[in-house]
Amino acid sequence: MHISEGVLSGPVLISGIALAAVGVAVGLKKLDYDRIPRAAILSASFFVASLIHVPIGPSSVHLILNGIIGLILGWGAFPVILVALTLQAMLFQFGGITTLGVNTVIMALPAVFCYYLFGRLVGRQPCIALSAAFVCGALSVFLSAVMVGLALTFTDENFLKVSYLVVTAHLPVMIIEGIITAFCVAFLKKVQSDMLPE
Amino acid sequence: MLQEPFSKGNSQIHRLDPRFKVVFATVYAFVVALSNSFPALIAALIFSFALICLCRLDFLEVAKRVALVNGFIIFLWLVVPLTYDGQSIFYLGPFGVSREGVLVSARITLKSNAILLAFIALIASNTVATLGNALGRLKVPEKIIYLLLLNYRYIFVMEEEYRRLLRSASIRGFRPSSNLHTYKTYAYLIGILFVRAANRAERVYKAMLCRGFSGRFYSLHEFSFSRLDWIWLIVMTIAIIGLEVLEWVKIA
Repeated sequence: MHISEGVLSGPVLISGIALAAVGVAVGLKKLDYDRIPRAAILSASFFVASLIHVPIGPSSVHLILNGIIGLILGWGAFPVILVALTLQAMLFQFGGITTLGVNTVIMALPAVFCYYLFGRLVGRQPCIALSAAFVCGALSVFLSAVMVGLALTFTDENFLKVSYLVVTAHLPVMIIEGIITAFCVAFLKKVQSDMLPE
Repeated sequence: MLQEPFSKGNSQIHRLDPRFKVVFATVYAFVVALSNSFPALIAALIFSFALICLCRLDFLEVAKRVALVNGFIIFLWLVVPLTYDGQSIFYLGPFGVSREGVLVSARITLKSNAILLAFIALIASNTVATLGNALGRLKVPEKIIYLLLLNYRYIFVMEEEYRRLLRSASIRGFRPSSNLHTYKTYAYLIGILFVRAANRAERVYKAMLCRGFSGRFYSLHEFSFSRLDWIWLIVMTIAIIGLEVLEWVKIA
């Protein structure tokens, strides 16, 4: 999920950069040198996974997965998403330089938020863990869509209706993300539970 | 699926110092993003287009990328003129098409495409490896460069891994459609991708340590600021000042 270049106003772009800088700084602080290869290679797998188009009705959506990225990496989500967005701009020209800060915050802040909210619950018994994972996947996408809406509305109050549309358009994506995150967490619990927070 | 089609070439722009291209592209992108007058934005679009031409890239490939990125712009054109407050120029059924909405959409279209074309010409014309090294020289934190380069290196490996998993799923008769089974299959596929990534990372890091890795990537690539760079520095500075003048004249 990203906002194109040339849409947002100066103050919104600058606040995005400032928030992203703080988040990335905290993330890098928590990421020791010997943990970086793990974060980098995992983020390569997130990158590839986010290219997957999942069918929904007659159309398809691509996955965002910031909920599960948050669960696995915590604050590390900030630098990892910054780097992923840079690569996305290099390889597909989606997003760009001026919006890098805003887009990082849009994706990473919900990820970190969901990490704190659901990190503990995911370690519990399957019933609670799966519900938590579903809400985590859905909520992170919802919050990202809301932040896209906020960025647009702060730029120009007249974008309010566009923002409603953006959030509404993401409702089906939320449900898919929730389902995928729930199954994925169930899988990781069985196969490699040390990847999830305790 | 993953390619860097614009990084190959031997044009003047390809030969410029990557550090200079990164700095200029950033300044230029912000100048254009913060401009609002139509003369400035049209001039920016023309300048960006000239950069693309000088880059001598495959036009079809550029056009394809530009078309993809403009999806969001089309969405804006469909929504903004109808929902923006302002005086209506004409009516589409019950909805008034507002003059201000059309102007805002036009401005965004110009800005977005001008920045995109300049990005393709100046940034996408480097390989990711070169970009990483250039960012390193520009004092971007080492950990970010480290993440960027390793991430980039393993994207291709992970993509291959994903294709292999998808192939074996389809051999077992997996046909994606809108049902729970499909979502479950994709979720497990993604899960195993993550698990393999984490396990691979352990092995990679151990191998790196065995080879004496101390937390730094050394680049043998020497960047040099040549005469061509000086000429372009002047050209691009003039371009930016020109845009600012056009923007400012409008206000006066």
